[in-house]
Amino acid sequence: MNEVLRVDRIACTGHGVCAELLPERVQLDEWGYPLVSSEPVPADLVKHARRAVSDCPALALRLVPSG
Amino acid sequence: MTRPTATAAATRAPAPAGRTLPRLLLPAGESGTAGAHLRRHGAVPYRGGPGLLIDTVEDSGLTGRGGAGFPTGRKWRAVATGKGRSVVVGNAAEGEPASAKDRTLLITNPHLVLDGLQLAAEAVGAPSATLFLDGGGGVRESVAVALTARPQDRVPITVVEARVAFLSGEESAVVDALEGGVGLPTSTPPRVFERGVGGRPTLVQNIETLAQVALIARYGPGWFRSVGTSAEPGSMLVTVTGRSRVPAVYDVAHGTALSVLVGSAGSDGGDGSLGSVGVFARQAVRHEVSAVLLGGYHGTWVSAADVPRLALTRESLGAIGASPGAGVVVALPASICGLVESARVLRFLAEASAGQCGPCLNGLPRIALTFGALSAGTATSSALDDLARWSGLVVGRGACHHPDGSMRFLRSALTVFADEVDVHLTGRCSTPGGVTVLPTPAPRAGRAWPARRAARS
Repeated sequence: MNEVLRVDRIACTGHGVCAELLPERVQLDEWGYPLVSSEPVPADLVKHARRAVSDCPALALRLVPSG
Repeated sequence: MTRPTATAAATRAPAPAGRTLPRLLLPAGESGTAGAHLRRHGAVPYRGGPGLLIDTVEDSGLTGRGGAGFPTGRKWRAVATGKGRSVVVGNAAEGEPASAKDRTLLITNPHLVLDGLQLAAEAVGAPSATLFLDGGGGVRESVAVALTARPQDRVPITVVEARVAFLSGEESAVVDALEGGVGLPTSTPPRVFERGVGGRPTLVQNIETLAQVALIARYGPGWFRSVGTSAEPGSMLVTVTGRSRVPAVYDVAHGTALSVLVGSAGSDGGDGSLGSVGVFARQAVRHEVSAVLLGGYHGTWVSAADVPRLALTRESLGAIGASPGAGVVVALPASICGLVESARVLRFLAEASAGQCGPCLNGLPRIALTFGALSAGTATSSALDDLARWSGLVVGRGACHHPDGSMRFLRSALTVFADEVDVHLTGRCSTPGGVTVLPTPAPRAGRAWPARRAARS
């Protein structure tokens, strides 16, 4: 099943951990907040994506089914 | 089963002619008291159980009048079929500074709103209902008087007052306020019709929409559809400001020519009908108005040159990226600088941000500051590039629509006033002067403070 990354914008405080752990899908804007690709996370990155989700200090990143 | 008194039933007026406007507002000389309302429309047409009115509302094609335009019947069905006992909230948190329709309706014709609230609660199976409002300007007193004159109500109504700010009317912010929070938008999903107040399916409905339902339940979908267009039936309340800073509220059919509304912007108005002002519209648009703001501060500037081909429908306005929204029309006099006005609104929008989401919190103040410099003729050469980059970083990255709506306003201002932008980049202004038309009240930090609860059984 395809999954996409979703940011809870209110919870996110711009730690930037996601961009360090998953630079393939997450970049930071000029204020330090994540710009997250809306494309489904490819299979070879799912493990890294789960790590980024679990390590977000604000618990603001989630993997949700696409569509 | 409760019924109107025999006297009221005997003197009840026949159904108003379908195409007669105004519908929600009262013609000159009519009273909004309980007795007059009962003579005009008869008692609340309860259906006798949950779900029974929903087909009628769906057939009417009514859409929400709070700005988003979601189909009302579909929303009611979602709440009625949700898990758990439903909650109903009449939403009169009119935070849009250029809108006056909701408070006008509550002051002049409160019983139509309260009838609609009764019917909504019955339809979705809610045992009680809440009216969420800002009490100022006479609204508190009008609603209090109206509530004491309704002994036949089946559903108890609780009034919750809040100090309404720009974002207070967003439905998740309403739910947050009712749950004792500060009244700011929350993260979605879940949407409030799934899980709202107390985790229950919650109907948050603009009060104009409720008033429309009160008439549809009495006179039927066919009557409702006898004005407006087939795709967008019925009438809507619009608030028009312009040469006169005093807003005039009209009840107009969907599809009304925008030029008629703009032409009314300096007239006395206020009796709910446009009368003959349309005759002067074309001339007024050509000579006295440079641009029109549609849909409020999350809305769109439209050049006066485009006004003659536009009508008050989502379809017509959508073609140029605009929308009727909650019915705000501001005609900008040609003697006032659109950039200076827009700069003030953008500062208001930055201050109105809930400050919860990083991109909005960081982007809006920078945008407001840079646009302010642009309007003052002191912008640096990078101003336009900065505004384009920041607006791109803000759109689509908030929990609520505030960043998206604010950037719609920004981008339309840069487009419609493009010539004036060039003038201002040379440090000059074509129409200097201190006159303003767009109201920008002092911000309340985006919060609606629940102030007082007046219960009624």
